Amino acid sequence: MATDQSAPITFRVNGKDVEGPAEPRTLLVDFLRDTLRLTGTHIGCDTSQCGACVVHLDGIAVKSCSVLAVQAAGREVRTIEGLADADGSLHPMQEAFRQHHGLQCGFCTPGMVMTAIELAQSAEPLTPERVREGLEGNICRCTGYHNIVQAVLAGAAAMRQ
Amino acid sequence: MYRFTYHQPATLDAAVQLAASTEDGSYLAGGMTLLPTMKFRLANPSDLIDLGGVEELRGISEEDGRLRIGASSTHAEVAASALVADRMPALAELASRIGDPAVRNRGTIGGSIANADPAADYPAALLALDAEVITNRRTIAAADFFTGFFSTALAPGELVTAVRFATPAQAGYQKAPNPASRFALVGVFVARHADGVRVAVTGAGPYAARYPAFEAALDASFTPEAAAGVPVDEAGLTSDLHASAAYRAHLIGIMAKRAVAAC
Repeated sequence: MATDQSAPITFRVNGKDVEGPAEPRTLLVDFLRDTLRLTGTHIGCDTSQCGACVVHLDGIAVKSCSVLAVQAAGREVRTIEGLADADGSLHPMQEAFRQHHGLQCGFCTPGMVMTAIELAQSAEPLTPERVREGLEGNICRCTGYHNIVQAVLAGAAAMRQ
Repeated sequence: MYRFTYHQPATLDAAVQLAASTEDGSYLAGGMTLLPTMKFRLANPSDLIDLGGVEELRGISEEDGRLRIGASSTHAEVAASALVADRMPALAELASRIGDPAVRNRGTIGGSIANADPAADYPAALLALDAEVITNRRTIAAADFFTGFFSTALAPGELVTAVRFATPAQAGYQKAPNPASRFALVGVFVARHADGVRVAVTGAGPYAARYPAFEAALDASFTPEAAAGVPVDEAGLTSDLHASAAYRAHLIGIMAKRAVAAC
């Protein structure tokens, strides 16, 4: 039986250095939510299917329920809480979700927005079909996706301006 | 998940030595299968040896006319590689359709083939592209690598370091994805080499396999029609809640025809 290896880990979250104790088995999403109290990152399925827990790790979208907290040590994490400006003005992708009503219950929205931002940063121009493919790992049970796709297209256009 | 001891070696030698010194250690690549499996408590390794810091496992290059893909290359990296797109676009296309974007950002080719899921995409490509699996100990021909349901020729502690592919004249891959998981219900990789056609099928049986009847038909006439005319026996194919063996047999013909058309 392995011994308790609980040890402090440090990494940057939304531009700030953070530190807290984590066992090797602590998932990144649990560290974000329970230790740092950044509860905007959601746990939907906990089986790597739904994408509600997507965050950016060194700028790359990952499912934080399938990454160990220790794997983020020394690296840069960005969560939904890190998108808006200090004055509260929304990131263009968040604003687009608001404008286009790209949510109903809102549970999947943090993951949708984080995935959408990575998608918008890709070199290829976005089409509705590419957006739908890009959201394959993000499951919404309310909207039917129509408004989400509209929001991502509008948010991507706004990010390029 | 159960407790384990975490290691993050910086070199290949250190990783292999750690694996040898642990009671029941497991290498951790992208973790897209292993970590969810551990969360279900279906796997309980004493130690995880994280390969993320091992530089020697990274990189995509060309070596003696063969494409060499480091084991830690993610599906997203393979899909985005200009070298892969130029030498074998079918392989880039295959990588671009594994799972979903976040899974492709973490999951690796080495992890995928070492796991040997019967419905994974890469095994079909390895078989059809005459690949060699390079490990820390030896080189294993793809034909000898996949040995059964979630089984490979890898010995305990043996680590995949890279995969080398023969460049085909033409290649195509088509799959009928499970609509939820995007794993292949049936995936068919067709590659035309100077010495003949290879056709490999994943998702249909306990592990990926070549289909000689399709190869003979396509050697005679490399056309979608030739592939469509090959009878497939459903005996030995998988039957589960996703599809019956008869349906999978039917899909093999359809996907083979489409893969040739995509060449």
